[in-house]
Amino acid sequence: MSSDLPAPPEFDLDPLVAILNPYAPQGRSALLPALHAAQRRYGYLPEPVAAEVGRRLGVPLADVYGVIDFYALLYKERVGEQIVRVCVDPPCAQAGGQQVLDSISEHLEVEPGDITSDGKWTLERAPCLGRCEHAPVVLINDLPLTHAKADRPQALLSGDWEQASSQVGGDIRLLTGNCGKGAPATIGEYEAAGGYAALRKAVGEMAPTDVIEEIKASGLVGRGGAAFPTGVKWEGAAGAPGDPKYVICNADESEPGTFKDRVLLEDDPHSSLEGTILAGYAVGAEVGYLYIRGEYRKAENIVRNAIDEARRQGYLGANILGSEFGFDIEIRSGAGAYICGEETALFESIEGKRGFPRIKPPFPTTHGLFGKPTVVNNVETLANVPLIIRGGSQAFRERGTEESPGTKLFCLSGDVARPGLYEVEFGVPLRHLLEDLGGGVVGGELQGILFGGAAGAFATAQHLDVKMTFEDLKEAGLPLGSGVVMVFNEARDMRQVLRGLAHFFADESCGKCYPCQLGTQRQYEILTELAKGNYQPGDVERLTDVGWTMTDASLCGLGQTAATAVLSAIDTWPELFSGNGAQ
Amino acid sequence: MTEAIKLIIDGNSVTVPPGTTILSAAAELGTEIPTICYHDHCSSYGICRLCVVEVEDARVLQPACVAEVRDGMNVHTRSPRVERSRRTILEMLDSAVNLNEAPEIQAQLRDYDANPKRFENGAKRESIIIDDNPMFVRDYSQCVLCWRCVQVCAEDAQYTYAINFSGRGFETSIDTFFNQSLPESTCVFCGQCVDVCPTGALKPKREWLLEQGQTPDEIMQLTRMERRGRRRSG
Repeated sequence: MSSDLPAPPEFDLDPLVAILNPYAPQGRSALLPALHAAQRRYGYLPEPVAAEVGRRLGVPLADVYGVIDFYALLYKERVGEQIVRVCVDPPCAQAGGQQVLDSISEHLEVEPGDITSDGKWTLERAPCLGRCEHAPVVLINDLPLTHAKADRPQALLSGDWEQASSQVGGDIRLLTGNCGKGAPATIGEYEAAGGYAALRKAVGEMAPTDVIEEIKASGLVGRGGAAFPTGVKWEGAAGAPGDPKYVICNADESEPGTFKDRVLLEDDPHSSLEGTILAGYAVGAEVGYLYIRGEYRKAENIVRNAIDEARRQGYLGANILGSEFGFDIEIRSGAGAYICGEETALFESIEGKRGFPRIKPPFPTTHGLFGKPTVVNNVETLANVPLIIRGGSQAFRERGTEESPGTKLFCLSGDVARPGLYEVEFGVPLRHLLEDLGGGVVGGELQGILFGGAAGAFATAQHLDVKMTFEDLKEAGLPLGSGVVMVFNEARDMRQVLRGLAHFFADESCGKCYPCQLGTQRQYEILTELAKGNYQPGDVERLTDVGWTMTDASLCGLGQTAATAVLSAIDTWPELFSGNGAQ
Repeated sequence: MTEAIKLIIDGNSVTVPPGTTILSAAAELGTEIPTICYHDHCSSYGICRLCVVEVEDARVLQPACVAEVRDGMNVHTRSPRVERSRRTILEMLDSAVNLNEAPEIQAQLRDYDANPKRFENGAKRESIIIDDNPMFVRDYSQCVLCWRCVQVCAEDAQYTYAINFSGRGFETSIDTFFNQSLPESTCVFCGQCVDVCPTGALKPKREWLLEQGQTPDEIMQLTRMERRGRRRSG
């Protein structure tokens, strides 16, 4: 295709001087922002532009290239004036994502991954875009289009299409009180609902150690998937030698089926900001980062505006609310890499490197960003913090169970009547979420539920009465993960679903450690053949060995969970892998 | 000095200083743990995971090259879990990379009963032989991505930064800036990358030409021409 393109324009590097001025003094840690800025000007990052970025920031050119080629949203070759990305991961695949991709491909006469001959469009198959409640989803540049249909590619490409706002429900609305109203809560609305009272209370009446003790007493654990006790993490960083200290709000939400953090950021951006500021106060940090995935541009703009509002009101900056405490938050935009949600890979990314996870130990609380004590918390975790500080840990513990206090956000998607984000107390049964809140399975009987995320496990009808708490779910063999509840009816070919999940992990593996670099590829290949109905003797043994090797021997959490769903499916539906269950 | 650490490896007790890796502690007992990416003179990043061992009470296997000993640790270096991971890693690597010139890995494949046909239909990492300088050739179809060449080119030795990575996941490769030739790059031809390469991916040009059937005289003539050519064009 590219040979038909008109010759590339001469690269006028003059504008780059001014573009790079703010970044050059920061050196390598500004590499990603600098590359993003350069790409906004030139459309992509041709060799002379990349070389100039490297020279100005003092980064070796081979390293600049390594970074560009690592991140899916940084382009070393020319791309179209507009980029259209179509999600074909589950659950968008179940809702016709592939057909949408095919129809746009046909309409534009271009294969996914290529640029049209007139240079106007680049078409891409995208990983999960985090709007699973409105599947299938298409992103035109930064504009998310929902419930896409294959029969009107022209209308989709024009952007004249539905852009559904978030669908929020549940039994209780503590975290989501300001969500689902069709517009982001302003700082005034947030304050009117009690917002920033926790920060006022903390800096006015509480020592940092009091804040940590309150969070510890609340029993809050991380909502990003690892479920680590938040207060213990803060205490570790607060007590660790080393200065400065950092706090990071992890908004790199990218796991198929997960959209809770996106809803919180788009609808109520101040709650996680206030949580981040409180974390900074508790551990003694002056700088916080909010690392948000590159595909969440809409949320990023809303958060940027919220940070400006907070700064104007004196909640950010020097002497917050007249105290000695000063703190500010910098937004860092990811560039298309699921792995950067892994906390140490996230550090590498902020430091201007490829998103390779680091060996742990040492742990982030002692050796984190720039080697300094660092706290990384998920958006939902941080959104809980103001509630706990404002109302006290006792009140927080009135919801949920002894071991799983508070409320939890669940991302309900797939073959269900009312997909959306639901807030419930820990301890309600899965059936309540699926049937009472979600309206039940559509398109036939329930076949299975992918629980926890792409790195989760499958639940079936016999699990519907499991109470959703950490302790009950653990006993049932279901990981809570990122709160994903992805529903599949009996008509779905689960081999296609597994192939889709395996594609995601193969695509997103960073390639650092052998088990994941090789295993995600082999897992995808075997499942691709199975999905076509090609069975080989020994498939189950191969999948099991690859799966357990990734689980047992991978370097980071991505590799360690890349086979969880597949291993769970082998247990749940052995017939799918032997040819006996061919559909 | 702080107190010595006492641990058990495969039922044998050993006492080592704090900060010792499990790999070194095992070596004290004469227990060899297999490695691919590990090199005595390079930083260890725990990449190949061939050195994983089972530590009682640990959730997952631990990389012996970087995991430090703890007092009372009980380590199993060839448990069934360890064997499965090592065998599977070796089988997958063998199916993706040309290991014909990696005798140490060949021995590991035999030691762990790796079945060469297990993943024979899987994608291979193919590459052309890159012959762009008079000193050495690069054949990335033999590259196991141990990172050693990138490390010695950077902070582990030379601070030259001529090479890094391209792609990611299975498609990862060692690469220069926009695939430029090594003479165009910052490479100073120190040769340390060739020294630490555990396979035939980086090979002295002379060795390669001898394998192609050229005589030492022909080779001398050829490399002299290449050097002159470069001087003229430069």
